[in-house]
Amino acid sequence: MYKVSATQLTDVLNTLAGTMDVFLPIRKDGQTNFGLYAEGVQADFDTLKTVKPPKEFFLPQSESLYKGVVDGKDIHIEPAAFADRPFVVFGMRGCDVLGMEILDKVYLGEPVDRFYEARRGHGCVVALACGRPASTCFCKPFGVDASDPQADVTAWLCGQYLYLEPVTERGRQLTHKLEPFLQDADAEDVAEYRQEIRERLEALPYNNLSLDALKDADMLEVFNSPVWDSVCDACIACGTCSYVCPTCQCYDIKDYNTGDGAIRYRTWDSCMYSDFTLMAHGNPRKTQKERFRQRFMHKLVYHPSTAGGQLSCVGCGRCVNKCPSSLNIVKIMKSLGVS
Amino acid sequence: MCMPDTLIPEVGVITSIRDETPDVKTFCVTSATGGKPFGHKPGQCAMLSVPGVGEAMFSITSSPTNTLYMEFSVKRCGTLTDYMHTMQEGDGITIRGPYGKPFPVDDVLRGQDLLFIAGGIGLAPVRSVINYVFDKREDYGSVDIVYGSRSAGDLVFRPEIEDTWRSRPRTNVYLTIDRPEEGWSGNVGFVPAYLGSLGLGCDKTVIVCGPPVMIKFVLEELVKLGFKKQQIYTTLELRMKCGIGKCGRCNIGSKLVCKDGPVFRCDEVDELPDEY
Repeated sequence: MYKVSATQLTDVLNTLAGTMDVFLPIRKDGQTNFGLYAEGVQADFDTLKTVKPPKEFFLPQSESLYKGVVDGKDIHIEPAAFADRPFVVFGMRGCDVLGMEILDKVYLGEPVDRFYEARRGHGCVVALACGRPASTCFCKPFGVDASDPQADVTAWLCGQYLYLEPVTERGRQLTHKLEPFLQDADAEDVAEYRQEIRERLEALPYNNLSLDALKDADMLEVFNSPVWDSVCDACIACGTCSYVCPTCQCYDIKDYNTGDGAIRYRTWDSCMYSDFTLMAHGNPRKTQKERFRQRFMHKLVYHPSTAGGQLSCVGCGRCVNKCPSSLNIVKIMKSLGVS
Repeated sequence: MCMPDTLIPEVGVITSIRDETPDVKTFCVTSATGGKPFGHKPGQCAMLSVPGVGEAMFSITSSPTNTLYMEFSVKRCGTLTDYMHTMQEGDGITIRGPYGKPFPVDDVLRGQDLLFIAGGIGLAPVRSVINYVFDKREDYGSVDIVYGSRSAGDLVFRPEIEDTWRSRPRTNVYLTIDRPEEGWSGNVGFVPAYLGSLGLGCDKTVIVCGPPVMIKFVLEELVKLGFKKQQIYTTLELRMKCGIGKCGRCNIGSKLVCKDGPVFRCDEVDELPDEY
């Protein structure tokens, strides 16, 4: 383990930014989101949850796939280049790191998504322990240890120091770049801080949710549960839950006409929207009940049934914070028997 | 050089266009350099697209035994299909695939008596299997084809049905239309009811495709006739964008139609939520 004096944090970031893109939480216009670091930019490591999850550096909200030009009877296709610039996402929380693992199963499963794979291959993740977890957090039931999040590098901002523990080879290469600033440190140095975090987590209302009720859930039984008839009443189909979710994977493919052709791009989408499954002959999910049910069935039943029981939720609590109708996955899980 | 992503299509060309009905045309597609863009099995699909217009999944209606080109029968019913109906021979079109799990033509269906049931444009994916079976006629038992549409003019592949399919050995073709019309001497009535009146034995393997509501009533009728769901295969359609199990759009329960389907055995469908 290493430590860097907090007063040298700017030097650390400038050093990294010299060889790669550095994305970290930046506060702008009253909201904190991950953004590109440049000299003079103030990092905001105090805000626990960025509005948007940092999955966007691996699965951008919108991403060009290719340019297509219709030229008389001919068509020309120019595929978009794969990401080839190294980058680091600095300060990802443990829940969001787990979100990436869940997206990996989808996007790196056969057939591999080459655009995602290229970003994954060039991106390094420095996970930051959550000094002050919030009342909406519930990552522990999903196996996240917010006091010791595992990525390429684990980081703790504790006292006057940033502590860094490389976990993977890529993480070791990253810390190697910072050698001039590094002092040796010991796991003991963050032990007390980790203990404090664990105690704070224990005091959180959702920290000890038991997900047993969802284990080996019978798909048709849950699908046909009367719970769905009323639980979605307040849903206004805004899709916010999908856009702030670190595990939502769905995308649409659209064309942007440039005048001399069309950029075919993909863009995040939400199963909460009525046209998501609309076809020429009709819509298999006719009302918001079906669309609402789809989102939670996917997270809690469908995905686990194909991913060795792993739920497609990481307990980040963003949907708990952001849903304008105060609906969220905790409410849904509780109505399905989680206690 | 990295392998290109699966979402990047290849450029093909429409070599001929055939009018099937007032709103269905069949497009022959080859690679830009000629020949089939890729191999496929009966029941698989491909993504066709025109840049700036859109991209959509279509069943490959030609049999894999056709080694010269691929055919797609396309009903005019949306942005891309409206545009495709204005396209001309020689026009470029992009294509990617093949996608999905095919009908089990080389194992389960071999040696079996086959009953094909289709409604409207639902004959398009089934035609791939029918022509595959006819091209390997000695590998399969009897063939019964029950096909219905709204009107006589809406029956697709009519010349092929009359001139080729009807004259195949050990083959019966039964056509029906929804409402009586002048010049039609065949059966009038919906496919499920017609099916029930034909006196077909229930020792056949069934392949059914059509509008979801037709599939549901056909299944009811088949069960009434003594068929087991394990004998029946269908091909389902849901909206798709990627075709490779990532975009999250075409699931029925935990199954993805693009990857785990579109061909399903009907007892498997029974285990899924009724949402298709």
